[in-house]
Amino acid sequence: MKRGLALYAVAAYAFLHVPLLVLAVFSFNSSRFTVWEGWSLEWYRAALHDGQLGEAAWNSILIAVASTLVSTIVGTLCAYGLWKRDSKWLSGSLYLSLVTPEIVMGISLLVFFQWMFRFLHVQLGMHTVILAHVAFSLSYVVIVVMARLRTFDASLEEAAMDLGATEWQAFRRVTLPVLAPGIAAAALLAFTTSFDDYVITSLVAGVDSETLPMVVYAMARRGANPVLNSISTLIVAALGALILFSERLRES
Amino acid sequence: MDLVLELRGVSKHYPTHQAVNGVSLTVERGAFFALLGPSGCGKTTTLRLVAGFEDATAGEVLLNGRRINHLKPYERNVNTVFQNYALFPHLTVRGNIEFGLKRQGIADLAGKVRDALDLVQLSGKEGRYPAELSGGEKQRVALARSLVLQPDVLLLDEPLSALDPNLRKQVRSELKNLQRRVGTTFLFVTHDQEEALSLSDQIAVMNKGLLEQVGTPEDIYLRPTTRFVAGFLGAVNWIGGIGVRPEATQISRTTAGDHCIPATVRSSVFLGNCLQVETVCGDGQCVVAEVSRLNGSFTAGEAVYLSWNASDELRL
Amino acid sequence: MNRLRLLFLTPAGIVLGALFLAPLAIMLAYSFLTRGAYGGVTADFSFENYQRVLDPLYAVILLRTFVMAATATLGCLVLGFPLALFISQSGARKNLYLQLVILPFWTSFLVRTYAWMFLLRDTGLVNSALLAAGLIHAPLPLLYNDGAVFLGLVYGYLPFVVLPLYATLERLDKSLLEAAADLGARPWITTTRIVLPLCAPGFRAGALLVFIPCLGAYLTPDLLGGSKTVLVGNVIQNQFTTARDWPFGSAVSLLLMAIVMVLLMLLIRRGGEKLI
Repeated sequence: MKRGLALYAVAAYAFLHVPLLVLAVFSFNSSRFTVWEGWSLEWYRAALHDGQLGEAAWNSILIAVASTLVSTIVGTLCAYGLWKRDSKWLSGSLYLSLVTPEIVMGISLLVFFQWMFRFLHVQLGMHTVILAHVAFSLSYVVIVVMARLRTFDASLEEAAMDLGATEWQAFRRVTLPVLAPGIAAAALLAFTTSFDDYVITSLVAGVDSETLPMVVYAMARRGANPVLNSISTLIVAALGALILFSERLRES
Repeated sequence: MDLVLELRGVSKHYPTHQAVNGVSLTVERGAFFALLGPSGCGKTTTLRLVAGFEDATAGEVLLNGRRINHLKPYERNVNTVFQNYALFPHLTVRGNIEFGLKRQGIADLAGKVRDALDLVQLSGKEGRYPAELSGGEKQRVALARSLVLQPDVLLLDEPLSALDPNLRKQVRSELKNLQRRVGTTFLFVTHDQEEALSLSDQIAVMNKGLLEQVGTPEDIYLRPTTRFVAGFLGAVNWIGGIGVRPEATQISRTTAGDHCIPATVRSSVFLGNCLQVETVCGDGQCVVAEVSRLNGSFTAGEAVYLSWNASDELRL
Repeated sequence: MNRLRLLFLTPAGIVLGALFLAPLAIMLAYSFLTRGAYGGVTADFSFENYQRVLDPLYAVILLRTFVMAATATLGCLVLGFPLALFISQSGARKNLYLQLVILPFWTSFLVRTYAWMFLLRDTGLVNSALLAAGLIHAPLPLLYNDGAVFLGLVYGYLPFVVLPLYATLERLDKSLLEAAADLGARPWITTTRIVLPLCAPGFRAGALLVFIPCLGAYLTPDLLGGSKTVLVGNVIQNQFTTARDWPFGSAVSLLLMAIVMVLLMLLIRRGGEKLI
């Protein structure tokens, strides 16, 4: 039975990883068709020289950084407040936003922004995308930070106050540093989900805020394209490097 | 009498239960004062009321004669050694000791830290993180961190319970020595009567939120005023309404003295330093005597006489 | 403390209120209005949009979504349990094997879906390989059907069942397995009669964690499914783009939300573990 399980595991890991590996290998194929003809960096050259792609990637990074910053701060404060004492109203809303289908959240934000624009003279653009990303990543941040808070020893805060720290000083000098790894993990999750989001972004983006996933989606819809293989590989490699880097950071 | 701490009818009521009920006691400056009782008796809540982590529902807490009920934990000159020590894991030993000093804006940080480390014999370990310390060292950091602030009262919540049992007796005497040297008032909470008896000058025994008795260790052990206190501090034989501790109960094969009761040996257990003999009196009452090995051995079924000195009777 | 706590909760309250609850409220209002001539809405109150959901055309899509989500969930559970079992029995390598399951979750969902398009399409790797090997003479229609959507969903959500199942297995009292072996049970019997039933909480949590996002899946059916594999998510999107019927799209969205909310309550009540 043990051997059977091991064999199965090999198959399961192949199922999980081979599709991306195949994609990565064929991104170096010199042929534009799915026949192996030899190694080449042609598609990477094409991807890197594509101005539209570069702009989309830049937009994606800007949006991810801005929304991560906001949702990490707001989410960490919220998790701490809820840890002190639960608020049914707030935690219920967070749960609900967690399970709301992306398409529903995207559409509702689109409807909301359009409705607001009747009163404000603004249009869809980077700012609406960033706001939307803050909305959907907030619950992730709260969950990750809360998981860390559950193992946090409340007597540490009491000890801080006992030694003369005010509530704010106890939070700032003791709780926050102890939570730091959890907050970093939450920020990483917020960043990657923001960087990857297509469904919500495509609904609330304006003409000047096309993101990388939007370009990838459009190319995928159009059909076979070896350049897309190289872009996909670059995206996966970049996210992978980010994860590895943060793991290293956490260990040290 | 120089009182440092006084509780006047202090109560703490929770929606579901009453943790502390009208407790009044006074602590003299420089005393080693124990709050003793079983778990859930309200002793830790009492400590937290003094520290300021809980607000009293009724009554007054006075420090140096001044009412401090309304003061936050960081506004009271009392410090706590927590049961699990609550050392800040992200700060070194030095960082932990400096923490309170920095809040007070003390100038000579390095000197104070050095003195505190010397006091608890941890010099050279100021760069360590709590995770790199042994249980005993953690406790000493917790003590140094609090004592360096020169509190009016140092509160200790079961300070020995997180330690290895083998280490407890040694740390107990170290703690006592430390208290003598610094002269700070120690108010400590424990459920271990041996700990309370060996460490403190004064013991307050609590049960179900109420204060049962306050007194010196001898008072509490030899002259308990309630049946609970008598029983909590050690085994008691209740013979016709009179309490006698097993070590004060004597067994002989002949009648002797005024208080002499015939009994039958049920069993005899060898405990190393003494024999524990379990007997049954005529009325079916079970009486245990701890007697010296030198008095010979007793076998089950043997007819004996129980006796004790009148001065050893516990009069409630 | 209360003032500080209020200060800490206020930003999150504002974000959730303005960017989550208010949009849902506007959608709720729209769902009772009538569509305007050129998109948008007119202020004629009606229940018509909710009645239209029951129209056979949409009822079939709703049913199809349920069936697809249920089969994908079942697929994940069946494929995920042995994998979780394998990881929990891997001793020192546990963490590595677990990371290997979680890793794809960190990489782009969009890219992973595209990888399957690359493999499955007519000129894709699978068909090319089969043609080259002479096993087939014309490409097999692997992409743009229910099967491809099922595959995409299982692939995307497999980690969601492995994690809770692994957590349950880890918490399992190991002495129970030893007791079973001691009483004469072979590994297979111990696994099916002792481990499997005791993993029920993990199965429940995993099932809901997969079923809920599958119900609202949009990207997977959009990219891997054909014109006949329309799920509720695609219907909603269509109402706001091509069909320009916002009130009806709002009604379908809220219906989906209602179903998800019921499932969420199940998750909180039966799944046990508190997240927030």
